Amino acid sequence: MDKLIFLAAQAAKGTMSRQENIANNLANVNTPGFRQQLMAFQSAPVTGEGSGSRSFAVETSVGFDTTPGQIQSTGREMDVAIQGEGWFAVNDAKGNEAYTRNGSFQLDGTGNLVTQEGYSVIGTNGPINVPPDHRLSFEGDGSVSAIPLGGDTNVVQLGRLKLVNIPQGEINRGDDGLFRAANGDPAEADLNVRVAGGFIESSNVNAVDMMVQMITAARQYETQMKMISTAKENGQAANSLFGMN
Amino acid sequence: MMRSLWIAKTGLDAQQTQLDVISNNLANTATNGFKRSRAVFEDLLYQTLRQPGAQTTEQTQVPSGLQIGTGVKPVSTVRNFSQGNLQQTGNTLDVAINGQGFFQVQMPDGTTSYTRDGSIQIDANGTLVTSNGYPVLGPVTIPQGVQDISISQDGVVSAVVQGQVQPQELGQIQLASFVNPAGLFSMGQNLYQETAASGAPTQAVAGTNGVGFVSQGFVETSNVNVVEELVGLIQAQRAYEINSKAITTSDQMLQRLSQL
Repeated sequence: MDKLIFLAAQAAKGTMSRQENIANNLANVNTPGFRQQLMAFQSAPVTGEGSGSRSFAVETSVGFDTTPGQIQSTGREMDVAIQGEGWFAVNDAKGNEAYTRNGSFQLDGTGNLVTQEGYSVIGTNGPINVPPDHRLSFEGDGSVSAIPLGGDTNVVQLGRLKLVNIPQGEINRGDDGLFRAANGDPAEADLNVRVAGGFIESSNVNAVDMMVQMITAARQYETQMKMISTAKENGQAANSLFGMN
Repeated sequence: MMRSLWIAKTGLDAQQTQLDVISNNLANTATNGFKRSRAVFEDLLYQTLRQPGAQTTEQTQVPSGLQIGTGVKPVSTVRNFSQGNLQQTGNTLDVAINGQGFFQVQMPDGTTSYTRDGSIQIDANGTLVTSNGYPVLGPVTIPQGVQDISISQDGVVSAVVQGQVQPQELGQIQLASFVNPAGLFSMGQNLYQETAASGAPTQAVAGTNGVGFVSQGFVETSNVNVVEELVGLIQAQRAYEINSKAITTSDQMLQRLSQL
């Protein structure tokens, strides 16, 4: 009896975590460049003395979905979207290299290209600094040029965005929402990653899939509650037997 | 109690912000010189509840970890300073900037603020002022009894004084530009203020350094794209519904738990 109730309670706890992950994915359904969190229940067998008859169900986050999100036109010159696989390299709060898919960039007061959070965007030749009175233009291969706003036609080459392509499984999401290489070393720039200026990549959360998973989780939770009730009833029946003497 | 309730709440908050920004854009479709904004979101911190390989009990180990995100937050509203349409009004004192510059406006407290709204008027002293009565820098003062005020492409204001043939130069409207206009602080009244993020203003004569030319007889209309806003509105509404569904479901799970 005690085994049953603990197994069911552990499973219910896992289902609640599942619901939390689903809620987080749904909350980020409009976050540019967001990667949907993937979840899986895994069995954790209880090993030790006696027969191995029990396995706890444990909720785990196995990684994130790498499917590209929709590319939406914004017409804003500092919005860049990666077409297909790849990552933008930025310097995180500690100055280490981290990766993001959110290409909604802006300039800081000194003209450096930074993310919305203020992390500086890494170029292949260091930070990208835009001279005053120029507008930005991103080429398909990630090259950045500044076009003078006056009659002057001397386009200034500002370098190239550092774009990397790290295989799935070798890149993890950090607790700050930025991604980092699993081995901790900065990745090599990949010259084949393509970008599009004036576009932004929307979140890749599949709302339909998440809604279905949410219903599944709710029903699964009900089943586990039923198991707990059954365990309770079994216990009551056993107690009433003892009570007869 | 249950994280998913709060996570879904952050989703509702974010979509609410999205709606607020869209409503503000739609409300300003007819505001001269208005620049549309867009809310940008990012995911909140993640909680690593279990590291991969950690012990669940004395006998068991988890093969992979558990990382749960805590929701979403609006990180910024990005103002899009793309050029609005230049609409001909025929009004002598309507001026529009065709370029990246701003008109400079003298505030009552002596500071300078910046605007794209060039529907200029003349106050009782003959000074060129904005619709709110703040002097446009220059400043330029129009003496009494002049005719045919003309504003050249580079901002020079001139007029023909009665009884004379040659137009007289009265002053020049100066423009300013910023490294990062998106970093300007919006004060309302179509005015912007410089911040550390926008960088210091660079003053320039119209037509130089990319600030753009001044066109007399035109106003710059709002750059809001109504179709885009309405599509955003639908998207925000559906995302709001989905997040409220997540709250309902979490609530039902808790309800089931309390019935044990």
